[in-house]
Amino acid sequence: MRELAASVITENVDEMCQQANIYLPEDLFALIKKSLDTEESPVGKEVIKQLIENVEIAKNEKIPICQDTGFAVFFVEWGQEVHLTGGSLEEAINEGVRRGYEKGYLRKSIATDPLYERKNTGDNTPAVIYTDLVPGDKVKITFAPKGGGSENMSTVRMMKPSDGEEGVIDFVVNHCKDAGPNPCPPIVVGVGIGGTFEKVAMLAKKALLRPVGQPNPDKRFAELEQKLLKKINNLGVGPQGFGGSTFALAVHIETYPSHIASMAAAVNINCHASRHVERIL
Amino acid sequence: MEIKKIKAPLTDEDVTALKAGDNVLISGVIYAARDAAHKRLVELMNKNESLPIELQGQIIYYVGPAPAKPGQAIGSAGPTTSGRMDAYTPQMLEHGMKACIGKGKRDQAVKDALVKYKGVYMAAVGGAGALLSKRIKKSEVVAYPELGAEAIRRLEVEDFPATVINDVHGNDLYIEGAKEYAR
Repeated sequence: MRELAASVITENVDEMCQQANIYLPEDLFALIKKSLDTEESPVGKEVIKQLIENVEIAKNEKIPICQDTGFAVFFVEWGQEVHLTGGSLEEAINEGVRRGYEKGYLRKSIATDPLYERKNTGDNTPAVIYTDLVPGDKVKITFAPKGGGSENMSTVRMMKPSDGEEGVIDFVVNHCKDAGPNPCPPIVVGVGIGGTFEKVAMLAKKALLRPVGQPNPDKRFAELEQKLLKKINNLGVGPQGFGGSTFALAVHIETYPSHIASMAAAVNINCHASRHVERIL
Repeated sequence: MEIKKIKAPLTDEDVTALKAGDNVLISGVIYAARDAAHKRLVELMNKNESLPIELQGQIIYYVGPAPAKPGQAIGSAGPTTSGRMDAYTPQMLEHGMKACIGKGKRDQAVKDALVKYKGVYMAAVGGAGALLSKRIKKSEVVAYPELGAEAIRRLEVEDFPATVINDVHGNDLYIEGAKEYAR
């Protein structure tokens, strides 16, 4: 049995919080730069130029890309041969968040309770943590800070199996249309299809963690991703909703087997700053 | 692309000259306020009590900045979603506010109030918080410090970039822009 100290988790989480909020993933940055050549609207081009300059300023000055440094969301794949010592996983992660958000001059955006008091917790905790037990003796931690503006533009629908591909297309495209300028386009669209009510939301969220633009390994879903991307961009919403041809940079679909009576579907949207980092410990 | 330079605070003439789709660079003094500060301001208005800031002619920026690093005037400071301020905006306009800056759609009551009280709604680029922070030269909390990122701040801005979305003539760039590029 391999031992892993809680303090090692905390140190890594501290660094990951700062890294993810300051540096945009290279694959995403490349796609944003490419969209400057294809964007048809002059105002849209101007927006993309500002976004590119913004990413460079953030990197050079080591300041967050966006002031909304998000809810701290973690996906942990814990190897079943690993024994955690010196504390709980939850507290180790929360302590890392506390340190990283303070040291990195990141905004603390979490309210104590959702309905009544809504007082800021002051340190961006608690984090949202999902843990899967997997074979092996390694621990993989993925950190994906989630801003409120894009997260608010998310939805789940329990569709009928008879709705078919057309139904899924209508659902996703109309949802993006309604979201319009709110989630800070150009956006990355995560789509979940299948599973149960909560599973499908998780699929849509995990779809956003894939390297941007990497197609679904199943050819049928890869084609549906391209079909959706085209239709979403044809809405004309464009960068920031000012009108243009770049509303979305990519659509990612994740699926799961479905109950014979159901076809769950979900959409989770990321803004252009589709932030995520991972580490293997 | 033509860019209009405007000076804050604004007059009725300044506001009337702005059209949906105009790109502007704002210099002067603007105020930062978002959800919690709006709630408090409107509560004071409803009780006929005086406000901690004079709203006449002002531009309100919907922003909750990140903390400033040593040597910075302000941390990353991009716009937040404006729709959450819809419930408060008509009263803010009634009390003299001339423009607000955020991102995302407004409801019909806000659009009507912009026409009625002569105001404009502008959007800054959501997600460009690092870039926008460079155009803010000075930041000072002037009310509700206990609200942290949501406190009211007096901001001195220079060439702060924004795009007019809703103007005094009832135009809406979000509707018209998408129509132009839809296929």
